[in-house]
Amino acid sequence: MDNQRRVLSVIVMNEDGVLSRISGLFAGRGYNIDSLTVAPIPNTEFSRLTIVTSGNQRVLEQIIKQLHKLIPTYKVIESDTFVEKELALVKIPLNEDFSGLDMMLKAYNGTVAASGENYIVIMIADDSKKVGNFLKAVKKYNPTEIVRGGSVALDV
Amino acid sequence: MELSGSQMVVEALKRESVKVVFGYPGGAIMNVYDEVYKQDFFEHILTRHEQAAIHAADAYARSSGNVGVAFVTSGPGFTNAVTGLATAYMDSVPMVVISGQVPITMIGTDAFQEIDAVGISRPCVKHNYLVKKAEDLPRILKEAFYIARSGRPGPVHVDIPKDVTAQIAKFEYPETIKMKTYKPTYKGNVRQIKKAIDAIVNAKRPVLYIGGGAINSNASEYIREFAKITGIPAVETLMARGVMGHDNPLLLGMLGMHGCYSANMAMSEADLMIAFGPRFDDRVTGKLSEFAKHAKIIHIDIDPSSIGKLVNVDFPIVGDLKNVVEAMNPLAKERVDPSKYKSWRDLLNRYNEIHPLKYEDSSENIKPQWVIERVGELVGKDAFISTDVGQHQMWTAQFFPFTFPRQFITSGGLGTMGFGLPAALGVKRANPDKISINFTGDGSILMNIQELMTAVEYNIPVINIILNNKFLGMVRQWQTFFYEKRYSSTDIEVQPDFVKLVESFGGVGFRVKTKEEFDKALKDAIECNKVVMIDVHVDRMENVLPMVPAGGTLYNMMLEYKE
Repeated sequence: MDNQRRVLSVIVMNEDGVLSRISGLFAGRGYNIDSLTVAPIPNTEFSRLTIVTSGNQRVLEQIIKQLHKLIPTYKVIESDTFVEKELALVKIPLNEDFSGLDMMLKAYNGTVAASGENYIVIMIADDSKKVGNFLKAVKKYNPTEIVRGGSVALDV
Repeated sequence: MELSGSQMVVEALKRESVKVVFGYPGGAIMNVYDEVYKQDFFEHILTRHEQAAIHAADAYARSSGNVGVAFVTSGPGFTNAVTGLATAYMDSVPMVVISGQVPITMIGTDAFQEIDAVGISRPCVKHNYLVKKAEDLPRILKEAFYIARSGRPGPVHVDIPKDVTAQIAKFEYPETIKMKTYKPTYKGNVRQIKKAIDAIVNAKRPVLYIGGGAINSNASEYIREFAKITGIPAVETLMARGVMGHDNPLLLGMLGMHGCYSANMAMSEADLMIAFGPRFDDRVTGKLSEFAKHAKIIHIDIDPSSIGKLVNVDFPIVGDLKNVVEAMNPLAKERVDPSKYKSWRDLLNRYNEIHPLKYEDSSENIKPQWVIERVGELVGKDAFISTDVGQHQMWTAQFFPFTFPRQFITSGGLGTMGFGLPAALGVKRANPDKISINFTGDGSILMNIQELMTAVEYNIPVINIILNNKFLGMVRQWQTFFYEKRYSSTDIEVQPDFVKLVESFGGVGFRVKTKEEFDKALKDAIECNKVVMIDVHVDRMENVLPMVPAGGTLYNMMLEYKE
């Protein structure tokens, strides 16, 4: 059976230990986590986790059921109509030749997030695949550090 | 009213009508034990090891259907309890286990007897709590009992730091549960049930595959009725022994690795499997791709994650088994003609005649299977049967004539040696009018032997029958079959004198080498009403048969072993 990528949006009680229940579930049952983000949902007692995972159809079905089974889980949303975005920060030394960088930032919704004496930090926010492409393309500027934020998603 | 955290624990147990708590004190849980001392609502039984406290509470729950309760202290007290929690979790047993913890101010400092208890218990309980303040205790304990007994039951672990047990706070035990995130489904989908009945009407070779869920949901009565209405033959898993009753003409027997031939063939040749709360364990299915491969599958389970986990299901029904079967029965009565499956039943009965469950009795020594059959003949309906794990467990499952659900108390999923003796204690406390027998092996019994002391102290007369072959028999059997008889670390001829051993604890011992001696020993054991150990010397090399080797197919059983 084929491995598929799947984005899950999981609404859980915002309480102690809930993240370890979820990461423990994935580790204990041998499921993949490609990325995981978590933050409280404003003005509620819930948090939203966005988990990017992969597996065959049966595994994905089990992941969803097992997530549901956790007592603090309120909802597991899987959707074909997610808008999915990921943030990445890239640190580039100032002594690089920046020709073409402006165009690239434009193409990937990027900006210069910060600059210092020796470095600039650029930031892009786009869907996961495009972030991947950008990070490949940006290599020619010899970045010293790259950080990806993991996907966040909303059902539209 | 204002209470300390410890008083809240005791008060909550009263509200939950807890009658017996098994446990072992220690530094972090002393405040709670002080309150236990002051009350007389429930009995506290001091086991001699924390693992045994959990097993005893577990078997108390299994045999009664009520939530079992145990107390342990922090650190080693808790880690000793983990095997018990995992055992209960694998077999879906409702329990609340309360552990002490070092004070909140010391958590994370590697304090004396500190361990991350909720971190350890997380994968082996249904849910757990670390209590941060006493005011949360009433809600948490209410939820703990509710979660343990509702839905698919399971153990819940509540870890309480010592300073929380001393804190004073307002105690208001909630009347109702308000949990936004936990709502088990009890009622089956009506349309799915109708589809399932359609499938049954259209089937030619249907079979009931009954699992432990039938016991947990108290569905036995309805399942027997369903079988009677439809005339569909049934097989039981290890965890479901007793659901149909051994003398039920529609029961073929246990299926799986050591199942009987007709049961395994029924699964292999069926065109429709009606799964009543089983979980498709590998010891049942053998090679999955060959398991019931001609059958469409109806699977009823209260746990959605159990459905479709290992095999694709054609008719999934999420709900409480008792409710669903109760809803199925009138529809089945209207639409299913039991005479339709007569030739199918005849075929399966013929399989059973050709290859019945059997053993060769001997005049030279005692066969372990004979002991189990004999106990069945003498006290079959009057006894609860616990076991440890190994050959004796499988022989008990095969040869004991189980007549009612919850009669058979065994560690199925985890396969925990050392379960039997503490389990027999828990069973006897829950069912004082019944005989409590523990079939055990000479390997298993030594894993919680200290519980003889508990049994004697609290006057809990349990009868331990050791099927003593001076081997770790099940492993020895695999070594015989699959490892060219290299008996690596399984020959345990060096043994204590079990008779003297039980006597030193204050119990009564019998050594048995003949059938006559066994009959007399069992009679005396029941009459003396004391803690008893019957050490039965059985044929050393007897094997559990038939057998489906691990990963093999159910239709290709090893029916006998030839050198």
